[in-house]
Amino acid sequence: MSTTVTATSEAPVFYEVDEHPHPEGHSTALGFWIYLMSDCLIFAILFATFGVLGGNYAAGPGPRDLFDLNLVALNTTMLLLSSITYGFAMLAMDKERVKATQVWLVITGLFGLAFLSIELYEFHHMIAEGAGPQRSAFLSAFFTLVGTHGLHVTFGIIWLVTLLVQVQKRGLILANKRRLMCLSMFWHFLDVVWIGVFTFVYLLGMLR
Amino acid sequence: MRRLRLLALLPLLAALGGCKFEVLAPTGDIAAQQRDLLVISVLLMLIIIIPVMALTAFFAWKYRQSNSEARYEPDWHHSTQLELVIWAAPLLIIICLGAMTWMGTHLLDPYRPLDRIGSRTVVAAADKPLVVNVVALDWKWLFIYPEQGVATVNELAVPVDRPIHFQITASSVMNAFYVPTLAGMIYAMPAMKTQLHAVANQRVESRGFSANYSGAGFSKMFFAFRAMSDSEFDSWVREAKGSTESLTRQAYLELEKPSEAVPATFFNDVDPTLFDAILNLCVEPGKMCMKEMMAIDAKGGAGLESASANLLPLMHDKHARRGTVFGGAPSYVVGICTPEELATALTLSAADTSAAASHRADSAPVSGAGLPIPGFSPALLPAFTSPLLPTSEADIGPRRPSNS
Amino acid sequence: MTESPIVQSTFLLGRFNLQAIPYHEPILVFTFIGVAIGGAAVLGALTYFRLWGYLWREWFTSVDHKKIGIMYMVLGLIMFIRGFADAIMMRLQQAWAFGGSEGYLPAHHYDQVFSAHGVIMIFFAAMPFVTGLMNYVVPLQIGARDVSFPFLNNFSFWMTVSGAALVMTSLFVGEFAQTGWLAYPPLSGIAYSPYVGVDYYIWALQIAGVGTTLSGINLICTIVKMRAPGMDMMKMPVFTWTSLCTNVLIVASFPILTATLALLTADRYLGTNFFTNDLGGNPMMYVNLIWIWGHPEVYILILPAFGIFSEVTSTFSGKKLFGYTSMVYATVVITILSYLVWLHHFFTMGSGASVNSFFGITTMIISIPTGAKMFNWLFTMYRGRIRFELPMMYTVAFMLIFVIGGMTGVMLAVPPADFVLHNSLFLIAHFHNVIIGGVVFGVFAGIAFWWPKAFGFKLDPFWGKMSFWFWVVGFFFAFMPLYVLGLMGVTRRLRVFDDPSLHIWFIIAAFGAALIACGIASFMIQIGVSILKRDKLRDTTGDPWNARTLEWATSSPPPDYNFAFTPVVHDSDAWWDMKQRGYVRPLSGFKPIHMPRNSGTGPVLAGISFVLGFALIWYIWWLAAVSFVALLAVAIHHTFNYDRDFDIPAEDVVRTEEERTRLLAAQVNA
Repeated sequence: MSTTVTATSEAPVFYEVDEHPHPEGHSTALGFWIYLMSDCLIFAILFATFGVLGGNYAAGPGPRDLFDLNLVALNTTMLLLSSITYGFAMLAMDKERVKATQVWLVITGLFGLAFLSIELYEFHHMIAEGAGPQRSAFLSAFFTLVGTHGLHVTFGIIWLVTLLVQVQKRGLILANKRRLMCLSMFWHFLDVVWIGVFTFVYLLGMLR
Repeated sequence: MRRLRLLALLPLLAALGGCKFEVLAPTGDIAAQQRDLLVISVLLMLIIIIPVMALTAFFAWKYRQSNSEARYEPDWHHSTQLELVIWAAPLLIIICLGAMTWMGTHLLDPYRPLDRIGSRTVVAAADKPLVVNVVALDWKWLFIYPEQGVATVNELAVPVDRPIHFQITASSVMNAFYVPTLAGMIYAMPAMKTQLHAVANQRVESRGFSANYSGAGFSKMFFAFRAMSDSEFDSWVREAKGSTESLTRQAYLELEKPSEAVPATFFNDVDPTLFDAILNLCVEPGKMCMKEMMAIDAKGGAGLESASANLLPLMHDKHARRGTVFGGAPSYVVGICTPEELATALTLSAADTSAAASHRADSAPVSGAGLPIPGFSPALLPAFTSPLLPTSEADIGPRRPSNS
Repeated sequence: MTESPIVQSTFLLGRFNLQAIPYHEPILVFTFIGVAIGGAAVLGALTYFRLWGYLWREWFTSVDHKKIGIMYMVLGLIMFIRGFADAIMMRLQQAWAFGGSEGYLPAHHYDQVFSAHGVIMIFFAAMPFVTGLMNYVVPLQIGARDVSFPFLNNFSFWMTVSGAALVMTSLFVGEFAQTGWLAYPPLSGIAYSPYVGVDYYIWALQIAGVGTTLSGINLICTIVKMRAPGMDMMKMPVFTWTSLCTNVLIVASFPILTATLALLTADRYLGTNFFTNDLGGNPMMYVNLIWIWGHPEVYILILPAFGIFSEVTSTFSGKKLFGYTSMVYATVVITILSYLVWLHHFFTMGSGASVNSFFGITTMIISIPTGAKMFNWLFTMYRGRIRFELPMMYTVAFMLIFVIGGMTGVMLAVPPADFVLHNSLFLIAHFHNVIIGGVVFGVFAGIAFWWPKAFGFKLDPFWGKMSFWFWVVGFFFAFMPLYVLGLMGVTRRLRVFDDPSLHIWFIIAAFGAALIACGIASFMIQIGVSILKRDKLRDTTGDPWNARTLEWATSSPPPDYNFAFTPVVHDSDAWWDMKQRGYVRPLSGFKPIHMPRNSGTGPVLAGISFVLGFALIWYIWWLAAVSFVALLAVAIHHTFNYDRDFDIPAEDVVRTEEERTRLLAAQVNA
């Protein structure tokens, strides 16, 4: 068959003799981005659920009875600051400064922990008042939306710790840089989602 | 349209003499119009389906490999004209069908009161429709005739040529109310009221059923549908009146318990507030009505102190809550009620635990949240009124289906 | 037993106890004995022939998309047979339970059977089939050596297996959901379904869903990033196009399923009130959410089948596909529109007429691009030289059957007509019409078409034709009566009947199911016979059908690295173009090829997920906690392994390619 055909000079090129293999991780950014979008859809559903059920207080307390905007503002600050410090970590990484990267990552993690602690305090406070997720559909939707975000932050912190160890062990090699970049996208994504939570759940809730 | 009815039956009737094609040969005007739409849409689509099938068969045969006389053009793969045709032809048909759908859907909206009871008979403005309240229970149907003051289980009788307004709800899970010969189906859902306007045009003995799976007894959840003349209907009502049973709230709570293949039953009298209470899930004493709850919610909830209030009045799922693993049992803080309600709540919680305990020994279908209430007394019957309830009863109906 | 047992939880075993084993149900006991004997025989044979090591090294831990594709097909086939067994049981029950007879299945069992049938067929038979075909074919069609994330591919597969294993476990331990395949609340809530059935449903789908979503991301990246040079988007083979759209649909719809089921899980485990009647919950929201996922899911299944039919039609007609561009646009339009039609699954919920007609009309609009596709296949056959090999036979059968299904689908899309046909056997007949005529026939066409590529020999045509005719005739016998019954006003999921005039139709349908059983048996025999006669059916050219796309440019089965040199593409029918314009296979200059390394982490993670799911279903909290921690630990441990690639040495490539040269020469000389 084709093996017996002799090539003529004008025959087009049908294969690459000199190939440049796809560099390792060349589609990671795209893949991770698509993953974030799929995660975004999960949040979209939770937001929609909150939109539908957010007014069903079941003759119970409403957002104005429960939310403490000062606390939420503090919480939001923590998360926004953590995003900024993550940005500094990435800048340090670009300059190949291992130590600075690690320090900024640790600060990011601490801000993340502060965020989680405040959120857990808020949850605990509400549950202690009887306004747990079982109390009404509104509270179910609230705890699920905010809690899912918190769960993401938790996994983000676990991931961050893992990366700290890996950077410690291997330095800022290409693979680690790629991973830091993914976590960066993840972290900022959570920030954006939180802006949505802050606006739609807390601010609009107070206006309801 | 009349002609189409015959058309629809011709091919099938010839082949399938003995069958009852209730969907294709209904006796109610609404179902007949729905059938007409069905037939027209098929005919419209056949305009394109038949040529496609014929061409498929023809091309497959004509261009088979062994037919060396057929033309072979291995590189022919584009023709703008042909492409235009293959996109335009379905498009045109869908435009026709879409227009038909838009009109048909609006004209045959089950919520729309009838303006005709036959292709030539217009409903007079003075004709009040017969109201029938329909409740899908586990696993039987309850029909309440508020005008006649009677109720039946698993038997629906209607007079011929009078518009009927069904108001439909369910006690626990989703069902669908469907009498094929009368009109299309509509879901029956707890705490929600769906509606169906229909008319029966012929005397007929047929059947209706739930068209949405609702659990173990679903297969036997059907009822007799009887369309009869006015005089027959009157005597049917008298027969129902002659029954010895009366549908009080207590009787309803007994009836509501899961049961299968229940024979037709008549009730000579119905608590006039019963359907509203069923719809609002507050037949049981001590339950807050959905509309009250929604009125409170519309005002922004009931304040922080209501967070730890007694939740039992708000638990509407019919089986005893088996308790989710992390959620635990509902809390009982009984301090907000009147003394009567305190007593009720206490007996309720006692009944609840005893019902839960009896589960382990007895695996029969359970009805719960205090269905068999010891110490039940009619004095407690007036619906639970919470002190939290605003004094002016807001005019908010129960939830209506929406797709928000 | 007519009702699920209510049991007290213990610390060690959760709510698991001996009552959970259905030893009092003879059908299940005999099934279990059969499965146990069969399983023991297989395991024994594997041990006796010392195949475990081989399987673990070469298959279970493999990151080769070809092997993973084949494993998906095996999984799909096993689950297809399980799902079909459920179908036979339903047909038998419905043909039996007349005239006062209760049939042979009590409600508790029958309701599980129809729920399991739907869940298994969609999630664990059809999905693995299409994912398997996409996995196998797409990288080859685009001239790539593997997918973008080979390890993830292996992990996705094993997560699907893990979900399937949970469903299978429910057969012998506990029960499956008795709610129908979409588990509408409040029926599926803890108040009305307190036992483990719905929990099996939830966790099986959640675990498999992780795999499906990740595999979707993987294939999108592969198609976007790994195409051979020269293959711009409008030169991609149509199957690759439909795969791309399918995976976009997967990624954009499975998270919705995940979220929806998570909310149901919260209702069942945490006592929240999303879909309850209590405390402000709203069950209708579940119905909306599940169908926002559910309708795209239908297109996830059918689009790859459309791609297969496109490849098959143009290959066996010996012609370029008619209207490639409009085919591509039709696919994209279907992809987008599939998100705008979900409400047609519940017109009868009582939405207003405007909402209903909007969704009815968008549904009809989908039939326009679908119709255009149909014409494209038709005109691909026009002035072709059609070879009626098995894949082409399935394609013609598809075209004839699918238009009927399309027509009944549009009938159901007219809301007033849907009011009389919704949830009836007419609906059942409709979607089996499109799923069997479309997806199943597409998968069979795909298997017959690509089998020689995967294994180096064709499938036996005689048994293939037997299977084909049994399927086609069986389909008509099984489902035309359901159309008739639907028009007689018979609803779905009924267990017993008392109207004798219906009986004959159910008997005909049962007969049809028996014919289909023969079709499946013939298919199995076809595979067996083909393996026995593989030397006679051998294909050494790598291109047994004189086909058109890149996968046929390499050997059958392809080497691990697929292509010794990355091909350069000039036309949408790249291989046809190469053949036409005098492509010469390179015989020297081979270099080492960089490939991903196998990893056992995928099966291990999936195994732990299975344990986690089982523990959650049975409320065995300590085990759930342990397995969750283990899951995290293994996943993190995996990330510490940076050594994930290796090079196939040039000598190995030379050896493989020389073997192929020898085979091709033998072919020419013979």
